[in-house]
Amino acid sequence: MQSTSLGRVYVWEIPVRLYHWLNALCIVVLCITGYLIGQPLAIQQASEASFSYWFGWVRFIHFVAAYLFLFNFAFRIYWGFAGNKYAGWKNFIIYRRKQLKEIKDVLAVDILQADNKPIETIGHNAMAGFTYFLTFLAFLFQCLTGFGLYAAMSKSWFAQLFAWIVPLMGGDFAVRQWHHAFMWFFILFAIVHVYLVFYHDYVEGRGEISSMGGGWKFIDKEHHPVLKKQDSDKAGPASAANDI
Amino acid sequence: MIATSRPTIWEHAQSRGVSRRDCLSACAWMTAMLGLPATAVPEITKALETKPRLPVVWFHFQECTCCSESFIRSSHPAVADIILDKISLDYTETLQAAAGHQAEEALHETMTKYKGEYLMLVEGSIPTAANGVYCCIGGRTAQDIVQEAAAGAKAVIAWGSCACNGCVQAAKPNPTRATPLHKIISGVPIIKVPGCPPIAEVMTGTIVHLLAFDRVPQLDGLGRPKAFYSRRVHDTCYRRPNYDAGLFVNSFDDENAKRGYCLYKVGCRGPVTYNACGVMRWNGGVSFPIQSGHGCIGCSEANFWDNGPFYHHLPSFPGFGIETTADNIGLAVGAATVAGVAAHAVVTNIRKRHLIREEMKTSEDVKDGRAEQGGE
Ligand code: HEM
Ligand code: HEM
Ligand code: SF4
Ligand code: SF4
Repeated sequence: MQSTSLGRVYVWEIPVRLYHWLNALCIVVLCITGYLIGQPLAIQQASEASFSYWFGWVRFIHFVAAYLFLFNFAFRIYWGFAGNKYAGWKNFIIYRRKQLKEIKDVLAVDILQADNKPIETIGHNAMAGFTYFLTFLAFLFQCLTGFGLYAAMSKSWFAQLFAWIVPLMGGDFAVRQWHHAFMWFFILFAIVHVYLVFYHDYVEGRGEISSMGGGWKFIDKEHHPVLKKQDSDKAGPASAANDI
Repeated sequence: MIATSRPTIWEHAQSRGVSRRDCLSACAWMTAMLGLPATAVPEITKALETKPRLPVVWFHFQECTCCSESFIRSSHPAVADIILDKISLDYTETLQAAAGHQAEEALHETMTKYKGEYLMLVEGSIPTAANGVYCCIGGRTAQDIVQEAAAGAKAVIAWGSCACNGCVQAAKPNPTRATPLHKIISGVPIIKVPGCPPIAEVMTGTIVHLLAFDRVPQLDGLGRPKAFYSRRVHDTCYRRPNYDAGLFVNSFDDENAKRGYCLYKVGCRGPVTYNACGVMRWNGGVSFPIQSGHGCIGCSEANFWDNGPFYHHLPSFPGFGIETTADNIGLAVGAATVAGVAAHAVVTNIRKRHLIREEMKTSEDVKDGRAEQGGE
């Protein structure tokens, strides 16, 4: 009667988890404050300007979150080389035939649902990896345009490093417009991303949601070389969950 | 009209009856305008006393002459006098007395006699469609004239947004393919003085700098004099405290407009426009658009005509109808995404119901497994 037994795999190490939530927090804050910068609240009041500074604070929070976002992102790139194999940069660059096939499978099974065979992956599947690659490009774009704009309002040498982006894109106005438009990429990504995380958790029951909390995911032992070996080495009843 | 032995600017001024006092006061004024300390007054004065008049040719192509209009309204009369009268303006279509062949001859003479020495000023954009026939002077295209004149010029000043970025002629769909100067010529220093028009004092200031120091003023990444274009209108705007406080005009007829709040939400381009309006203002420092209750339209920035509508913060998104902003599109796509996700969830529950049921069974097995383990 026993058809599958699951093993536990430590997939997302602490740095990836911290990165993930700091990143998500930054993006939420940047989207909210950015939207307010583009479309400030309509306040009708007769107070003197010197009594309040709320718009200044909104911008300040945007810039603080922006610095956090950038350095957090830079850290993630570093971790792509220093972290475990699930976090490695190779997951995001699609160049192997196997990855292409996996993308096709994911499209067929999860997105179009034309097929029902389960896809056994433990880290990112190739489709997710590719999507995150695009997302990282969007991070880069938003940082370049954001700090390019920021160069005009900041004396810091760091912001000045990005000043070249403005003439390249045809002036502050154009940069601002693109920076604003790209906010929507993040919103759309977040909707789909959160949905898919729940989707996988629900359909596969492998702990997708909690994996970004505790780091562990579950996989059918048959499909994991190490777990499979451990299992067959251990004579006797299979223990339900093996850790690796 | 062309001086054979070149008198100095001061000599020339004297011959026109300008007093020493007027001349000195003009020098002091120009020094201040260039943002230089008072200690630089003698330097400017000396330069005007000793430097020979600079031969200048001033071209007009696709333009409305607002730059010239602005220029002759420079607030200090002696400055306008000295600059306009006392540089040897050897050729300028709108102001010269000569016409036809005479004018062409004057131009030709300056270009040959002062090769490598004359200053070339260009007002207007240069059409390149249909081999440039949309703007011809004396039977030659603007493109031709500019290229020839630039070859012998010491430096070139691009007056106004037309010459700097094409301005209204280059707005979509740009039927004559109006082109800014820097895309036509190369090999000479080009100083860009954008604006529609540029502020008079910015124009004279740029020339005075060239006269006095004999070199190109410090320029920013886009080739504009840093003295005038290094800050955004927004950075020097007197309404800025309202911006920081979040006090905005929401429509031109509301209470906030009467109180003089910030014009950001009604489309002010001050935050993306590099110009000196907030500091120098217009018409001798009387006012500037924002002071008069209208947002900046970004007249000194490239493409400002196409970045409309002027009265909205976000422009219409390229390729969609007017008044369709990135936010409208984003919201529509966002709604579609949510709908798509919801549909996907429903379909998932239908098509994957067997799989999910099986998955649940499996997990029960695992629970059993734990029980067994415990009993061992
Ligand atoms: C997820 C990332 C980000 C999002 C979604 C985002 C969103 C936005 C939005 C919607 C605006 C308003 C644009 C407008 O219509 O005027 C804005 C403004 C701005 N953002 Fe961002 N932004 C992000 C990251 C950054 C970063 C990394 C920086 C770097 C410093 C930055 C700097 C700025 C600046 C300088 C402005 C103009 C603010 C002003 O004029 O006061 N942003 N952002
Ligand atoms: C309830 C909220 C969220 C949950 C439960 C969640 C969970 C996860 C999980 C499980 C992964 C790994 C995906 C995989 O297995 O391939 C992941 C990756 C990722 N998530 Fe989220 N996420 C959430 C919100 C967000 C938000 C709001 C953002 C930003 C818009 C975000 C950005 C990312 C990125 C960029 C990755 C790739 C991580 C990497 O490998 O570096 N997540 N998330
Ligand atoms: S009126 Fe325009 S330039 Fe002045 S503070 Fe407001 S947005 Fe900036
Ligand atoms: S305030 Fe703006 S639109 Fe008006 S003249 Fe100055 S730069 Fe041009």
